[in-house]
Amino acid sequence: MNESTPSGPLLTMTGMTKQYPGCLANDHVSLTVERNQIHALLGENGAGKSTLVKMIYGVVKPDAGEIVWEGQQVSIPTPGAAQRLGIGMVFQHFSLFEALTVTENIALGLATAKERVGLRGRILQISTEYGLPLDPDRVVHDLSVGERQRIEIVRCLLQNPKLLIMDEPTSVLTPSEVQKLFVTLRRLASEGCSILYISHKLEEVRALCSAATIMRLGRNVARCAPAGKTVKQLAEIMINMDLRLPTPRPLVSGNAPARLVLDRLTIRSHNQFGTSLKDISLSIAGGEILGIAGIAGNGQSELIDGLSGEIPAGKPESVLIDGVAAGHMGPAERRRIRGCFVPEERNGHGAVTTMSLADNAFLSGYLRGALVRFGVIDKKRTLAFADDIIKRFDVRTTGPRAEARSLSGGNLQKFLVGREVLQDPGVLVINQPTWGVDAGAALAIHEAIMALAQGGAAVMIISQDLDEIFVLADRIAVIAGGRVSEPVATRSATVESIGRLMGGTSEDMVADSAVAHA
Amino acid sequence: MLKIEARGYESKFWRYAAPILALVLTGATSGLIFAAMGRPPGLTVYTFLVTPLLQQDGFQALAVKAAPLIMMGVGLSLAYRANVWNIGTDGQFTLGAICGGGIALAFPDAPSRALFPAIVAGGFIGGMINGGLVAWLRIRFNANEILTSLMFAYICQYLLVYLVTGPWRDPEGFGFPQTALFSDTALAPRLIEDSNVHIGVLLAPLIAIAVWVMLEKSLLGFQFRVLGQATRAARFAGFSENRLVWVAMLISGGLAGLAGVLEATGTLGQLTTTLSPGYGFTAIIVAFLGRLNPIGVIPAGLLLALTYLGGDAAQINLGLPNAVTGIFQGILLFYLLGCDILLLNRIRWVLNKPKAA
Repeated sequence: MNESTPSGPLLTMTGMTKQYPGCLANDHVSLTVERNQIHALLGENGAGKSTLVKMIYGVVKPDAGEIVWEGQQVSIPTPGAAQRLGIGMVFQHFSLFEALTVTENIALGLATAKERVGLRGRILQISTEYGLPLDPDRVVHDLSVGERQRIEIVRCLLQNPKLLIMDEPTSVLTPSEVQKLFVTLRRLASEGCSILYISHKLEEVRALCSAATIMRLGRNVARCAPAGKTVKQLAEIMINMDLRLPTPRPLVSGNAPARLVLDRLTIRSHNQFGTSLKDISLSIAGGEILGIAGIAGNGQSELIDGLSGEIPAGKPESVLIDGVAAGHMGPAERRRIRGCFVPEERNGHGAVTTMSLADNAFLSGYLRGALVRFGVIDKKRTLAFADDIIKRFDVRTTGPRAEARSLSGGNLQKFLVGREVLQDPGVLVINQPTWGVDAGAALAIHEAIMALAQGGAAVMIISQDLDEIFVLADRIAVIAGGRVSEPVATRSATVESIGRLMGGTSEDMVADSAVAHA
Repeated sequence: MLKIEARGYESKFWRYAAPILALVLTGATSGLIFAAMGRPPGLTVYTFLVTPLLQQDGFQALAVKAAPLIMMGVGLSLAYRANVWNIGTDGQFTLGAICGGGIALAFPDAPSRALFPAIVAGGFIGGMINGGLVAWLRIRFNANEILTSLMFAYICQYLLVYLVTGPWRDPEGFGFPQTALFSDTALAPRLIEDSNVHIGVLLAPLIAIAVWVMLEKSLLGFQFRVLGQATRAARFAGFSENRLVWVAMLISGGLAGLAGVLEATGTLGQLTTTLSPGYGFTAIIVAFLGRLNPIGVIPAGLLLALTYLGGDAAQINLGLPNAVTGIFQGILLFYLLGCDILLLNRIRWVLNKPKAA
């Protein structure tokens, strides 16, 4: 901002290469960020976006490549060096101390006592100037995720950066918070701070960014102006295949019998920082898909644990699967009455990564697949079951004997969803069905979920991805603070109305639904 | 300088090569120690590892020593696979010997056909009681089984000392801390006439095979493996952790008790205070050397048995202290655990490069 007549691009990187054991994360990647530009770095999970920006921020050391910053060739060995050049970064996962105030947290990141003088005032000034409302004296523990993100942004802005890197900033925000963030980012760009915006949300990128670099499998595949392309075109460049949307399903008739009923389900979280479930009542009919929207950490993992039986409910009648009181049943018993579940975490929860796909197919499928005879594993049938999942769900792997950890996230997720779908469930509950999954695999998973509902199963999808919920669900409810709102029909819901529920405290929600019912 | 790099996968080669490398390093290190003590290192290692086998009936002695180590190692490999850290096999061994030996002393005149099976059952149950208590404490009070099982090992040892020097002392034993000799009907049947080779030598490999089949082929064994690798996945599948802890402690305790009672009735023919020269602790090394695989435990048990015989040989032939056995075993465990880093990592020699400006 203080250079005289700046000219030429702010940052040019060429030939950036990084080899990890068994994985070429970046293969001669180039990137050019102009001054005053909001530049999108687009790509699926595993395309190498994070590795590239970590090299810019000095967290990862490149094996090869050239970085030119304001016309000068530089090397960036540490984050400190990056900051001195004027590069700031807001990570996806924040590094904040819960027990300290906003000011204290920011002061901790500053190198010298001199910088701390008048810090509180500067925080207030920046936060009002850029539309980032923050109370410097609040303790972080009490702040929402959106507010915490603002702390990280303000922390960067205090350094007067020329480039601000934002890694998937909107994944933790409600739709209205996203709009506010965009206003701030546009303002920053106009004042001379370029933004490198990492995302795989194409609508956002089209709305916000004036240029985009698209990566696939560790390489550059395109550089374009995103506004000049459709979402579909961008997605196709990103995944290198034609993108189909799932075919819409006919609506369920209103009088199908309920297959999953929750009656005032209340569960205390076992985790100290978990969210307890409070009085959740809902019912899902056969053939219906209910979407549970919500920001991470509002009780989603407790909900699926409570439904799968990993955490038993207080009363048997609080969970009814096809009319059977299942609240006290463990996971195996619930599977016996045709309840199937896909948890969010693949590694070590839904799957044992060090075991073969056949073993993982057996893990949850041995009961319904009758894969045990007289206490002995029927190896032939287990292999056949795993093979069936691999074929029908197009899982890219060397075969059922491959270890689960050798699969990409998307392929493993297809395998895990396939494992449950092929058990012919009457009730299927999936937490974050396409989290960290590439677009091709996401489509396959969405189609499988819809086909299952078409066949008469009751399906609950718990997702942070509102697009996904609007595509799949017949009705939508929101989980916030461990409570679930009254479901509304998808066709009468809007992103704004759902977003409001996501951001609200539980009291707001109660008030909202009271108004809706009045 | 040396640099350790993650491989990103588990090396199949090093899974088997790591224990062999550990053995070679152990041989070299103990050679150095012998040299420092002023002994010819080559001859000493030779005396330690080869001489015992050249003796008359050397292989029989080896098999008899190895049998209890293999039985306990098999039980431990099962428990450790499920992340149940039973460290107190020595106590389970001792309590098994006490229970079985108590039956032998109480019914000296009973016919062999009834008495010996009762003694074996008593030994097995004795070990199970000890193991079961550990399981109960973990499940009921969340007490760490490493600590409780180890404490039980001392309790059982002192119980043995109390019994052997007190109520069960042989009145005609000239005050030695030992019980009366068991009656002939109480002794473990021999596989070879006029030798020490008792039925345990046959049982140990059979048990190893049986547990291997259970672990690799059965639903129960699958549950153990899943619990050991991913607790949450085990819960997701609906496997009860508590039940598996019970089973793991009962089986590993029971097998240690069986080893104890066979040692008492097969080798010693009575109870003495020195019933176990640390067999239970050596069995931990056996289990790891055997890669927590019941079949791998068989050669591992034979090797560790050899260190006991080698210790005796080194004492007799070279005048080295018997502690050599313990030193050798300790070095071996050290290298075994250390070499496992090669499973998931590779070590590269990196030249020091001047830092880029």
